[in-house]
Amino acid sequence: MDLSQYLPIAIFLGIATAIAVVLLGLGTLLGPRKPDAADKTTAYECGFEAFEDARMKFDVRYYLMAILFIVFDLEIAFLFPWAVVFTKIGIVAIVEMALFLGLLVVGFVYVWKKGALEWE
Amino acid sequence: MIQQADLITLLWTVAKILAITVPLILCVAFYTLAERKVIGWMQVRRGPQYVGPLGLLQPFADVVKLLIKEIVVPKDANRFLFYLAPVLAMAPAFAAWAVVPFDEGVALSNINAGLLYLLAMTSMGVYGIILAGWASNSKYAFLGAMRSAAQVVSYEIAMGFALVGVLICSGSLNLSDIVRAQAGDGGFTEFFFLPLLPLFVIYFVSGVAETNRAPFDVAEGESEIVAGFHVEYAGAAFAVFFLAEYANMILVSFLAAVLFLGGWLSPFQGWLGGPLGAPGWWWLAVKVVGFMFSFLWFRATFPRYRYDQIMRLGWKVFIPITIVWVMVSAWMVYDHWIDIGA
Repeated sequence: MDLSQYLPIAIFLGIATAIAVVLLGLGTLLGPRKPDAADKTTAYECGFEAFEDARMKFDVRYYLMAILFIVFDLEIAFLFPWAVVFTKIGIVAIVEMALFLGLLVVGFVYVWKKGALEWE
Repeated sequence: MIQQADLITLLWTVAKILAITVPLILCVAFYTLAERKVIGWMQVRRGPQYVGPLGLLQPFADVVKLLIKEIVVPKDANRFLFYLAPVLAMAPAFAAWAVVPFDEGVALSNINAGLLYLLAMTSMGVYGIILAGWASNSKYAFLGAMRSAAQVVSYEIAMGFALVGVLICSGSLNLSDIVRAQAGDGGFTEFFFLPLLPLFVIYFVSGVAETNRAPFDVAEGESEIVAGFHVEYAGAAFAVFFLAEYANMILVSFLAAVLFLGGWLSPFQGWLGGPLGAPGWWWLAVKVVGFMFSFLWFRATFPRYRYDQIMRLGWKVFIPITIVWVMVSAWMVYDHWIDIGA
């Protein structure tokens, strides 16, 4: 495998990061810095003073989504190499992937029926 | 000791990277102007017209304005994460362009895992959003970040399955090979969007949702949570988020054109001779501009989805359709309805 093609990517990542840092730096240098009004640096809350910390309890469904995402995204990670080579393996590969996807679909139906995908 | 040859290669690579990033930033600049102009015309207004002829210098005025504004950091915010978030949003949005092919043989890095790399880079963008919402310590930002994170990961699954369909038809992860697999004598019927029509539609709609654009822009939702995750960002820090979002929109347009519409291939290949039938970067440009225009058109046309509707569309409509169509396209390729690499 030819790894030399990956070096430009690493350099690109570095340059992209540098552009963002330079922009932020320019903004800090060119912009004024006036912490004059006490209210200016409070979190925006439609004219009220913020009355509690923003890091509060949040809906558990967001967490659930993240867990479901991991399962399905892993599935996709498995599908990627399969999709490239399955014609060389033949019908066995298709049946195997159908079984694998079938198992996932069973889980998906369960999650659906349990109401984990409802947002009302 | 660094060899002189290595140094020249390094400088040459940096030059090539700048030859991608500088036009990209200019594209973003004029894309913002085009957005205001197009939406203006669609609403029987004129859009920006005072800065420069036809308002053409408006984006540069905006840049100057954003740079000389104060970056206000909320006093309860986590300062380090607050500054880190825009960088994390922008770096992957730009670095993803390393593998995008612009014409036959014109790509910075022609790696054989190109699509995998793109999927990785586009997934990274969500970190910037979550961190921005968390670090700001503001309720609106926090809500926006939560919504955005759940939405982006949901649509990423549908998008991933759509990409698998493309892989099945092309037999390669390399983006240039994917375009070559769509060459043939059948004009645009050789392109993947026909056998993969459901996946093509789902890919582009998911792309709109991934970039948090209207009608899926509940993460920003300026009329309810006043800009969501970047409500506390001002000046240059806001500009960096803006750059990242628009670079991502252009990237999604590029990928839709490359993966489904044959990239730089002519839609009349094999049918017409002469320049109309010949491949060239201008075809890619036309296709990309078409998708970029759709982003603006959607924003001017559709009302915003409700959050539960967004999640329902992603999980209960897109994911089942894509799973079925992945198996269908696998069967189509196996049964030689579609010939790989033709």
